[in-house]
Amino acid sequence: MTKLIVDGHEVDVPAEFTVLQACEVAGAEIPRFCFHERLSIAGNCRMCLVEVKGGPPKPQASCAINVRDLRPGPNGELPVVSTKSPMVKKAREGVMEFLLINHPLDCPICDQGGECDLQDQAMAYGVDTSRYAENKRAVEDKYIGVMVRTSMNRCIHCTRCVRFTAEVAGTGDMGSIGRGEDMEITTYLETAMYSELQGNVADLCPVGALLPKPYAFKARPWELTKTQSIDVMDALGSAIRVDTRGREVMRILPRVNDDVNEEWISDKTRQVVDGLKTRRLDRPYVRRAGKLEPATWAEAFAAIAAKTNGLAPNRIGAIAGDLASVEDMFALQTLLTSLGSGNLDCRQDGTVLHPKAGRASYLFNASVAGIEQADAILIVGSNPRRESPVLNARIRKRWLRGGFPIGVVGEAVDLTYPYTYLGAGPDTLGDLPSSFTDLWNKAERPLVLIGQGALTRADGAAVLAKAAELAGPMGVWRGLSVLHTAASRVGGLDLGFVPGEGGLTAAAMAAGGALDLLFLLGADEIAIEPGAFTVYIGTHGDRGAARADVVLPGATYTEKSGLYVNTEGRVQLADRANFPPGEAREDWAILRALSDVMGHKLPFDTLSGLRAKLYAAHPHMARLDEIAEGPVADFAALGAGALGREAFVSPITDFYQTNPIARASKVMAEASAVARGQFQQQAAE
Amino acid sequence: MSVRRLAEIQPASFAFTPENAAWCDKQIAKYPEHRQASAILSLLWRAQKQHDYWLPKPAIEDVARRLSMPYIRVLEVATFYTMFNLEPVGKYFIQMCGTTPCVLAGSDDIKAVLEKRVGPQRHVTADGLFSWLEVECLGACCNAPMVQINDDYYEDLSAENFNTLLDDLAAGRPVTIGSQTGRRTSEPAGGLTSLLSLYGVDGKSGPECGTHDPNKHYTPTEPEAPKDVTATQEPAPAQPAQARSEQEAKHSVAQPEKTEETGTARTEPSAPKDKA
Repeated sequence: MTKLIVDGHEVDVPAEFTVLQACEVAGAEIPRFCFHERLSIAGNCRMCLVEVKGGPPKPQASCAINVRDLRPGPNGELPVVSTKSPMVKKAREGVMEFLLINHPLDCPICDQGGECDLQDQAMAYGVDTSRYAENKRAVEDKYIGVMVRTSMNRCIHCTRCVRFTAEVAGTGDMGSIGRGEDMEITTYLETAMYSELQGNVADLCPVGALLPKPYAFKARPWELTKTQSIDVMDALGSAIRVDTRGREVMRILPRVNDDVNEEWISDKTRQVVDGLKTRRLDRPYVRRAGKLEPATWAEAFAAIAAKTNGLAPNRIGAIAGDLASVEDMFALQTLLTSLGSGNLDCRQDGTVLHPKAGRASYLFNASVAGIEQADAILIVGSNPRRESPVLNARIRKRWLRGGFPIGVVGEAVDLTYPYTYLGAGPDTLGDLPSSFTDLWNKAERPLVLIGQGALTRADGAAVLAKAAELAGPMGVWRGLSVLHTAASRVGGLDLGFVPGEGGLTAAAMAAGGALDLLFLLGADEIAIEPGAFTVYIGTHGDRGAARADVVLPGATYTEKSGLYVNTEGRVQLADRANFPPGEAREDWAILRALSDVMGHKLPFDTLSGLRAKLYAAHPHMARLDEIAEGPVADFAALGAGALGREAFVSPITDFYQTNPIARASKVMAEASAVARGQFQQQAAE
Repeated sequence: MSVRRLAEIQPASFAFTPENAAWCDKQIAKYPEHRQASAILSLLWRAQKQHDYWLPKPAIEDVARRLSMPYIRVLEVATFYTMFNLEPVGKYFIQMCGTTPCVLAGSDDIKAVLEKRVGPQRHVTADGLFSWLEVECLGACCNAPMVQINDDYYEDLSAENFNTLLDDLAAGRPVTIGSQTGRRTSEPAGGLTSLLSLYGVDGKSGPECGTHDPNKHYTPTEPEAPKDVTATQEPAPAQPAQARSEQEAKHSVAQPEKTEETGTARTEPSAPKDKA
C-alpha cells in the first residue's frame, strides 16, 4: 500500500493503482475520455491531467502514472496530488479547447446529447467561444456493420473502440488508419464488424461518433424511463437496463454486474428491441375450421375447458419454452400437478440434464467470475462464442492473463482466442493427447465447460459423467460447468419441471398421438406433430403459435416481473418495464384464469401470492443474486451408457436467430445476413 | 500529408517470390514466440520493394496472414508510415525535401522543375518513369536542397543540375549519387575551413587526397592558417602522452570507416525492380 495526499486528504492505496484511481478513492472526480476501467491504458486524451508533487513538474495524465512512480519529498513528505489547482484547471481547459476545435457543434441533432461525456465535461472545462478561425477537419462516415452507426466528425480519437475490439471482443475489428490530423477510426476497408459484442463500442464511445444504428434519432435519454432487468437471450442472465418511453421499449443497455457480465452485453441482448414489437400476439386466437381466428379470452378458455373435460390425466402435457420465467413455469407445473399429469418438460432440446442427479450436475459450477480463477479449461461440445458471447469474453480475459491452457473437443471454430484442438467427438475425451493432459493434470482449478451440443445426444449422460471425471472431485473448487443455451432452463430444472413418474419427455409429447391436450409455454424450438389439441401461451407468432389450436397472448421478459436462474444457478429478478400489447396478459395470470375455468383453481391470486408458494417450495428462489450451492452431483442417477463416436455440434447455428423475439427482429435478421456474408458492403450512410 | 487510402485499382493477387518468402521467414524467426508481429515493418518494406515500390491491398493481407494479425492492424501501419506508397509510383520515385533548410537553400526551384517535368504530386508520367512527392526533412540539410530517388540521395541541387540528372535518368545514363556539385559528403562547399592539419591537403578531405600522417596532431591552442600544410609541422602540443595516444587510437580506428563512407560514388542509379 502506498500513501499519498490528494487535495489535502491522505489516502492509502495499492501501489499498482494509477493516480486516477487514487484520486477516485479520495473522492475527487477526474474527467476522462480515453481511460476505461476494463480496457488497457492509452493516455491519449489528456483530459485527466493533475498536478503532482513528487513527480515530473508538469501536468500529468493521471490515468497513465502509477502511484508507485511518485516519490516522497526530501524529508519523507508524502507525494501530493492536486486535482483542483489553477494549473490543473488551466491545463484541462486547454485540452478541452483542442478537443472542441474539430468537434462539430451538432449536439442538438446528436443522439449522444444528454448522455455525452464531452458535453458534460465541456460544461466544466469548456469555454463559450472559439479562438479557432481555420477550417475544421472533416471525416467521412464509415460503414462498420448493422449495429453501430458512425458520425466520424465527432470522433475525438480516444481509441476505446479500437481497444475494446482488440482486447475484450478479440476480433480486432477496428483500428485507426493514417496519423496526426488525418487519423481516422474505421474497420478494415469499411467491412462490417465481426464480433457478437460490437454494440458495446457505442456504449464506450464518449462522444456521438459511434451510436447504436437501430436507435438512431428515436429518443432522447431524458425522455426514457429506466428499469433494471435481466436478459433472457442466453443463459448467462446479463444485467440490463430497459429504457422505455410510454409503453414502448426504446433500447436495452448493459448494467454493471461484475459477477456475470461485467459491463458488456451481446448484440442480440441489445438490439432485439424491435423484435419485442413485431409479430406480437395481442389477442387470443382459436382455430376454427383449420384457421386461427381472433377470439375473446372467454371463448378461448371455453374451447380449452371443453377439450379438458373427461380427459385422462396422462393425456395432458406441458412443455416450457426457453424464455419462460420461474413463476410462469411454477404456475403451469402447479396446474398440471393438480390435473394429475406428470407430463412436464422444460427441455425442448432433449438435454440429458435432470434434477435427480443433483443441482450441481446442471450448473455452471465454477461460476462465471470463477473462470478468472481457473488455470486450465476444456471446452466440450460447445461454441461459447455463439452460445454466450459475454461469457466467451470472460474466457478470453482469463487467457490474456496467460498460463491458461485451453482445449477444445467439438467443432474447430474461431473462439477469439487460440486453443489446442483435441478432437471432434466423445472418443477424444477418453483418450486426450498427453501434451494436453500433462498441463491439465498440473492445473489446480481445472474447468470443464460442457455445452448442450454434448448433452442433447443419446450418449449425453456418458459424456457428462466423463466430463465430471475430468473436472475432478467437487470440493471447494467445482470445475464441471454446464453452459446452458436457454434462460429458463436452470429455473425449470430447479423447479423439477421434468417428467414425473411415468411422464413423457418433450420429444415424446411432441410425437403424434401421445397426448390429447398439450400446453406450450412459449415453446417454439420444438416441432409438435399433428394430433394433440395444442394451447400455446406465448408472445410471438412463431412456430408454436402456428401449430396451436388455441393461442393465449402472453408477456415478454420486459413486460412482466419474473425470476430467472442463470447458467450458474444465480437467481435474478427481471423487473417489468412496460405492459404487454393489446389483450395480452402476464403468463402466470393467464394460467391462473385458465385454471379456474378448468376447475382446478390455482391457490394464488397475485404475483406475490404465487411467489410465496414458490419460495415455500423452493427456498433458494427467494435469495436474489445468490447462487445456492447444491449437493455434489450424482451422475449415476442419469444412467451413463457408452460413449459414442459422433462429432459434437453446437446447438446454435445462427447466433442471431435463437428465439421467437430475435426471429421477429429485423435488426437481428440483418445481422444474421451480414454474418452469413450475404450482404454486400453498403456505402456509409 | 493528406488522408492516405489504398489505391482504387488493385492487382488481383500478390505473392512473395520464393527468395523473399524465405527472407520473410528469417525475419519472423528473429522475434520470440507471440511477438512475430514485430516483423511487420520488414515484411511490408520487402513487399513494397518487390511490388514496384508500392503496397497493394493483397500484399497487406498477405503480410497480415503471415504474421497472424487482423488486416486492420497491418493497414494501420501501412497508412501510418508515409514511406509506404499505397499507390503506383514511377520507376524513379522522387521524394523532394520541402522542409525549412531545403526551402531556404532553394528547393522551390526543384519543385518548379518537378511540377514542370513530372506534373503534380502523386502523378506518374505517361512513360512510367517519374513520380514525385514532397516529404518532410530527410536529414541531409547540409547539402540542401536535395531529393531522394528510390533509395539514393541526390544533393546540392539546382534547377540546372537537377534537370540534367532527370535527363540522365530518363535516358538511362549513369548518374552520380550524392552531391551533384562534386562536393565531398557534407563538407563546406568552398573547401575545408578547419581540421586542416588532419585533412584537406588539396582542399578536400580523405586520406587519398593528401599525405596524412597520424603522428601529426592539430593543436587547438595554436592559431591556424587555412590551407597551410606546414601548420602540421608545429612542435608537439602540450598534451599528456596518454591522452595523445588515445587520440591516435581513435584516429586510426576512425580512418578506415571514413574511407568507406566517403568512397567514390557509385555510378549506377538504383532501380527498384533490380533490388528485390
